[in-house]
Amino acid sequence: MTLKHIDEYRDAEISQNLIKKIKSISQKEVRLMEVCGTHTVSIFRSGIRSVLPASISLLSGPGCPVCVTDQAEIDAFIELARIDDVILTTFGDLMRVPGTKSSLQKESAGGRDIRVVYSTFDALEIARKNPAKKVVFLGVGFETTAPTIAAAILSAAQADVKNFSVISAHKLVPPALEALMAAADVKIDGFILPGHVSVIIGLNAYRPFFDRYQIPCVVAGFEPTDILQAISMLVEMLESKSPALDNAYRRAVTAEGNAKAQQILTEIFEPADACWRGIGIIPQSGLKIREKYAAHDALQLFDIQVPDAKTPHGCACGEVLIGTKIPPECALYKKACTPMDPVGPCMVSTEGTCAAYYKYHSD
Amino acid sequence: MKSDKILLDHGSGGKISHSLTKDMLLPVFDNDILAALNDGAIFDLEGRRFAFSTDSYTVDPIFFPGGNIGDLAINGTVNDLAMCGATPLYLSVGLIIEEGLSMTDLETIINTMGRAARAAGVTVITGDTKVVPRGTADRIFINTSGIGLIPQEVHVASNNARAGDKIILSGTIADHAITILTQREGLSFETSLQSDSAPLNHMVKKMFMDAAGNAIHVLRDPTRGGVGTALNEIAEKSEIGIEIFEDKIPLKDEVAGACELLGFDPLYLANEGKLLAFVAPDRADAVLQAIQSDPCGKDAAVIGQVVTDYPGKVFMNTRIGGKRIVDMLAGEQLPRIC
Repeated sequence: MTLKHIDEYRDAEISQNLIKKIKSISQKEVRLMEVCGTHTVSIFRSGIRSVLPASISLLSGPGCPVCVTDQAEIDAFIELARIDDVILTTFGDLMRVPGTKSSLQKESAGGRDIRVVYSTFDALEIARKNPAKKVVFLGVGFETTAPTIAAAILSAAQADVKNFSVISAHKLVPPALEALMAAADVKIDGFILPGHVSVIIGLNAYRPFFDRYQIPCVVAGFEPTDILQAISMLVEMLESKSPALDNAYRRAVTAEGNAKAQQILTEIFEPADACWRGIGIIPQSGLKIREKYAAHDALQLFDIQVPDAKTPHGCACGEVLIGTKIPPECALYKKACTPMDPVGPCMVSTEGTCAAYYKYHSD
Repeated sequence: MKSDKILLDHGSGGKISHSLTKDMLLPVFDNDILAALNDGAIFDLEGRRFAFSTDSYTVDPIFFPGGNIGDLAINGTVNDLAMCGATPLYLSVGLIIEEGLSMTDLETIINTMGRAARAAGVTVITGDTKVVPRGTADRIFINTSGIGLIPQEVHVASNNARAGDKIILSGTIADHAITILTQREGLSFETSLQSDSAPLNHMVKKMFMDAAGNAIHVLRDPTRGGVGTALNEIAEKSEIGIEIFEDKIPLKDEVAGACELLGFDPLYLANEGKLLAFVAPDRADAVLQAIQSDPCGKDAAVIGQVVTDYPGKVFMNTRIGGKRIVDMLAGEQLPRIC
């Protein structure tokens, strides 16, 4: 695979025209939530906030996989790392997330075998090369990453790689949108829906949600012009009082989504209740490994005891994740909580709202 | 939650590395030359000005497209001296070798170091070799130190940036970091990228020939921590503001693509053959041309300027016409989940 970056989607002229259009149609005050952490970072990096009229506020939502992972789940990962003969494999951004008493990074410095991988299949390869060890992969992420993790479990089952397992802490986006709307103090006028997740699940997956709440929803890509296009569509819907579910990322997202990815997800996982940091338990918003693949389910293979997981005192990650607070409104922000010494996960992950504010937002 | 152990972040070149230097090392070795925290120490001896610098090199993999740990170790110290405005003269080489390293690999590394030293015009005049048991080092670690002479008319330092200075970047950013990353186990995409490892002393010599010595105020090679961190350090030490333009920063398509995929910001990724120069505005064109006349500087561009607003801070004007702060890197960038 060769890589070529697509600059035309950042084209200054297209952006300028979109900004002009947004400014000309925007009348009333609106609060739009970008659900996805990659959108949050792109919005900050490209300076979108600085070019929007004051009438439009952008809120960051619960779409950073690391950030919504519950404290008890982080503590469970750390407990797993402490089991002898376990090689823990993980995506990089989980390394620094503080658990109640430790972090994976600190466990690694203390001598535990924790390896950052770029793909679940690398973890499977480590399992093949280390038959005497138990290799556990930390399955964190949304519908985007879950299919490749499912594919790795399927490969392990087919090739009978007995020492490979996954702890599934996956989360699903549509149920989280429902939970956001149900929360009493959340005021959102429209959603910028995630791009990568929608590639997998398709636009139709949001239809039941949209039909119930009649709130403007637009799927967006990740380039500045993609996001400006989505904002422009949302503002138009709000000004004309004609909410719709629409797609501003047609080059990648279809109505039905990726059937093959959905099929493998259903083969390996079944929906289950999941606990989201800051939101609590959302019915059917997680994925658990089906009984058929129990041999690769770390939750069934290991007896993981998590003594009293405690969310750090004063940490407002929960409110930040649902858009009821912005990071500077948290008492710990930039004081007790910095990327060098994070208290909450939103300050750790590159896609976390607090880290994005810290890095890109000047006071 | 402070750590009671050294973490990889302490070596990232970002804020966490800085706090280690400032809180633990500076108070103990307390002196003015060290406290300047330039790329190398600058001091007077018998009426002449010298630059002295040391650096240790660990890289995985030790062989990569565009070089190996050997030329990295020579070029790195040569460049640290050149960034002090010095003509690099003599180097020391210390090798820490893990038991079991293949003799062919060692020979290749040493021969590469010899070629790099000749290309840079420096002489290795002292050295040391240690072998440690298997597992206590990762194949080979190299330390190099170097000494160079600073011409009388040259005065560059990281606290010397002035309002109005043009900021020149000598070429595309993040090539080295992305090359190394794509060579590591587990990354399945291939690129034709090469590390930019190169000596910059010849380029610096041309720059000073074409510009009066006192027109170049700051030189810096943005290695660990990248351009973003280097600019922040200069803004802080010189107590000036910096404004850069996103669309002026040279960046290869492949590097931009890999960064998007991994969630990395190329502004914070390492370079091993690039420099930043802060130059008086009336001499900026001449210096830019001097840089572009060097084989390592053909993609050089003016990427921004020094301003009097917001001292200590760096701002970027984005492609879409927005503006945002460029902060110093906190810790090592970690690849994201999705």
